[in-house]
Order: sequence, then C-alpha cells, then structure tokens
Amino acid sequence: MFTRNVIVAGLLALLSVGGMWNSQAADRSGRTDEYGLGQAATDQDMRKWNIDVTPTGEGLPPGSGTAKQGAAVFAAHCASCHGPTGQEGPMDRLVGGIGTLSSPKPVKTIGSYWPYATTLYDYVHRAMPFSAPQSLTQDEVYSVVAWLLHQNGIIAEDVVMDAGSLPKIQMPNRHGFVPDPRPDVPKN
Amino acid sequence: MTKSGHPDGPNESLAQAEARETPTVNRRRLLAGTVGMVGALMMRSVARSEEAVMPVVPDDPTRVPGAAPTAYGQRSPFERAVRVPRSWWASLTPLQDSQGMLTPSALHFERHHNGVPVIHPTRHRLMIHGLVERPWSFTLDDLKRFPSVSRLAFIECSGNSAIEWRAPTGKTVQQTHGLTSTSEWTGVALKTLLGELGVKPEASWVLAEGSDAAAMTRSLPLAPLMEETLICYAQNGEPLRPEQGYPLRLLVPGWEGNTCIKWLRRLKLGTAPFMTREETSQYTDLMPDGTARQFTMVMEAKSVITSPSGGQRVQPGWIEINGLAWSGRGRIAQVEVSTDGGGSWQEAVLQDPVLPKCHTRFRVPWRWNGTDVILQSRCRDETGYRQPTRAELVAVRGVNSIYHYNAIQSWRIAADGQVTNVHA
Repeated sequence: MFTRNVIVAGLLALLSVGGMWNSQAADRSGRTDEYGLGQAATDQDMRKWNIDVTPTGEGLPPGSGTAKQGAAVFAAHCASCHGPTGQEGPMDRLVGGIGTLSSPKPVKTIGSYWPYATTLYDYVHRAMPFSAPQSLTQDEVYSVVAWLLHQNGIIAEDVVMDAGSLPKIQMPNRHGFVPDPRPDVPKN
Repeated sequence: MTKSGHPDGPNESLAQAEARETPTVNRRRLLAGTVGMVGALMMRSVARSEEAVMPVVPDDPTRVPGAAPTAYGQRSPFERAVRVPRSWWASLTPLQDSQGMLTPSALHFERHHNGVPVIHPTRHRLMIHGLVERPWSFTLDDLKRFPSVSRLAFIECSGNSAIEWRAPTGKTVQQTHGLTSTSEWTGVALKTLLGELGVKPEASWVLAEGSDAAAMTRSLPLAPLMEETLICYAQNGEPLRPEQGYPLRLLVPGWEGNTCIKWLRRLKLGTAPFMTREETSQYTDLMPDGTARQFTMVMEAKSVITSPSGGQRVQPGWIEINGLAWSGRGRIAQVEVSTDGGGSWQEAVLQDPVLPKCHTRFRVPWRWNGTDVILQSRCRDETGYRQPTRAELVAVRGVNSIYHYNAIQSWRIAADGQVTNVHA
C-alpha cells in the first residue's frame, strides 16, 4: 500500500511538473476521467428523453388549450377509466374532494391533493392515456389539463393553459405537505 | 430508417439506436388499453407457472438413471410456492414458504405502473445530465466495465401491509407482508459514475426515470443518495429479471421500493425536487390533520412471523416459530416473540449473517399445548428504533396514510390449529 501510494504520488508530481494535470483539471472541470467509458450525450439524445416538467414551468413545451377544448380530449381518451366527469372511476378519481383531507374518509384528487399544476402536464404527457402513453399532442395535453383544473373549480372554462400560465396556478393543497419527521412513534 | 454501420457499436447515439428500433412485440397492443386485460394476462401467467410437467416417479430412484444436465435449471416440479397477484400492478412474495434470508429471483415481489417492458440490452442507454459537468450516455457494456459492487439488500414497497391499517385484512403473510424481498444486487456505485462526470456544486436533487410505459420518475436527494446507491445490472448472480428492471435499476438500500427505479434510462441532476406525480399524489403519507408527509424514504424496522402464519393449520406439540425482520436504517439488533398476545416476550435467535438493510431470519423453539393463543414478533434495530404496536402507530398517524405500515403483526392460533390474522 505504502509503495503504491509513493508511486502514485510520484506520478502526480511528474504530471504537475509537466503541466498536464493542471490543464486537464481546468479543461474537464472536476471530471476525474479515470475510466473513460461511455460517450457524451448529444443534444438530440437529451431532447428526446428530457420530458420532465418542474413546478417553475421548466420543461413545458409550446402549445396551449382550454377546458372547452379539453372536454373532447377527456371524453375520447380518459373517461373510460376515470368516468365522464372524472369522479366515477373505475380508476383514480380526479375531481372533487376539496376539504376532505382531515376527515375520516379523505378523497384525494387533483383538486383536493395535488400541490402543483405543472405535475399534471408532466404526468398526463408521460404516462397517459394508459393504453398509449405519450401519444397526446401538446395542445391536447394542455387542453385536458385545463379541463381537469376547471372541473375542480380552479380555473374558468375559457382560461388558456400554456407554458406561461400553468406554473402560476395556485393549487388548493399547495401548502399541505410537510417533511418526514420520523421516527415519530413515542418511546422511540 | 437509416441503417447504422455498427448498430450496437459504442459510437451510436441514443437517438440513432432508438430510431432504428423495430419492436418485435407491439407493447401497446400487448397492454391493449384495458386494466382488465393486463390483469387477465397476469393471472394466466401465474396459472401457467403452476402447470409444471410432472415426471414419472420411480419406486426406487437408486435403480433408475436420472435426468441429463439442463441448460437453465428449474425447481422441482413438486414445489408449488408462487407469487400471487395483488392486482394488475403487483404480485406478492410467498413469505410463508420462505427459508433463510434470500428471496429467489423468480419469487421476488413485483410492482410496476404500466406493465413490464421488453428492453433490448444493447439498445438500452443510461443518460446522466442536468447539473453535471459533462452530460453522458452509457451502454450496459460501459457500465459493466466500471468497478463493480455487490451487496445484499431488502427492497420493500412502502405500500407493503397497507391493507392492515383499518382491520386485519390479509389472510396470509403473503398478502399482509409479501411486498418485500432480499437479493444480492450487483452494479456500479452512483458515486463512481457521478465522480466521473463531475457534479456541479449547486446540484442537490436527482430525477431518476424508468424506460417503462409509466416512464416512472422519482426525485431523490443527492447527498444521502451518494452514500450507498447502486446502478444494478445483476441480481442473485445473473442479469436482473425483466420484472426487476432488466437491464438496469437503481438500488437505494433501505429506502422505499419505488425509489429503486427500474428499467433506469435517465438521471437528471437539479436544484430542487421535480415534484412528479409519484412523490406528490402518490407515496405521500396523509396524516389525521390533513397534512401529508413527503419524501418519507426510509423503511423503518419491521418483523413478521412467517411460520406459523395466516392460512396455515398447526398440530399441538413442537413448533419452530420463525420469521423475518429488517430495517432500512441498518442491522436488526433484537427480535422478541410473544405467544400470549404481547403479555410476555422471549428473545429470538437471529440467524447469521445479520446484515444491514437485509432480511434477518429469527427463530424461537416452542411447544403448542393446543389452546387458543396469539403469536407476535417485535424487533429493534441498531439505531435503537423499536417496531411499534398497531395502537402506537395509529395513535400518531391515523389510518389514512397508506404507506409505511410497520406495526407488530398478530397471528391467532385457534384451538383447532387454524391460524388467522387478527389485531391484538
């Protein structure tokens, strides 16, 4: 071990003297380049998979839609699983339940529970409709997001949802989340 | 579609690889749109696995030559332990049939959010981008050339035992506790990869994304993630099973299973949580006051007696009580067993090796006298955390938080030997 450390130290000293170590560190900004495996991700690679949308609206694409336009999208692609008004199921209930979270039977929906409207765009685009994820156009996603917000009483029917307006929506349960306090059971 | 000269070569970009992809199976049609159909497919596959071909059984196996070697071994056709589906989205490990600490890969529980994808290993890429000095793309072969790390770890779905909050619901330990398994996992340490690419100082969260039809995503805090996280390509000595994320998954030892993103295709470093659906509307713990706990990653210490357990029938006389204990915070320090509903406790023997963040087998010898009794186990981990009673847990969290139920489990043995799930 001692011998190897001495050799490594010696090599590092040589590299420093030659200026190579310093220039590498500067060029590669902290990359150790110890293994040299893989390749740079191209812009094309990143565009294809970089589909996440954050609460600040980063990642939201161009396009727009209103609840009026969204009604048809929802009826065609969503109602068979979520019910005609988003409340009937059989899959997740999407509408209603506001004010029920502290009741014995909380109803968790987009309106009552989801803290960010931007998550709606991200999720509908990435994972819905269940049988054909990522198949809706940008306008269709904005429209169905607008319809869901309108059904939950959060926006009016003619409000346009786009990359500018969606991050500004204040969801009813925006401040309903707390950090993990565990261990939380007394005597622990 | 342009054909590349070296279709699987190291210089092919991710986009090129995807552009020439011709799926041999139409996944959309396979999953065909309806939840019911996925469920039906699953039920059928479970049923099929039970239809093993029965061999001719000789009267005396020492007088008949046996079978030739096989390319990929199967278990004895006389064995029947199987995963059972909870729904179209999960199957449960048969803990009542388990021995020791390891779970066979074929019986590791499943949880997925839109089916198990078919992924070609040479076409798969892991892209790491966002707040790294150099956004990078790795093939599976690239990742296998890095220094590898193997470790044993349990993975438990945070929804394990969620059906037990309100009333005793699962009939068997498979139903109450079957969303946990322990395997040996092999891969490259996340810190090795990120060290190679250079993390920008402002990076504090990582978005991990799967290549399944849910494009499953979770945001994970970078600092604790750097400690033990592996990007795994192998489980129990062979490539991951498709339902466990083939060809690549995250393993965050001790954290809820959903953080161990399967079919991993992308890691994006950022300055804040990305607030995906799975960490806002799902995998958050609703408290009685209407607030919800978020990013409750660690799976706290938990134990359960797997034998005798619900649905079994026992005979009076000698019985070895045994079960499993585990903690997302480290090693199990102690397990105690009660045969009188928690009135008195006896320390169980822990089977070596007792490893951090792994199932630990415990055993207590016992003689059942044929009277009505209630069996319980409780554990303590090396941090001093003690598994709570159901009453203690419910007093703090109510019954609507769904996730992270780790209370003491009670099994009643009636005078006729029948074992049932009770709350005691």
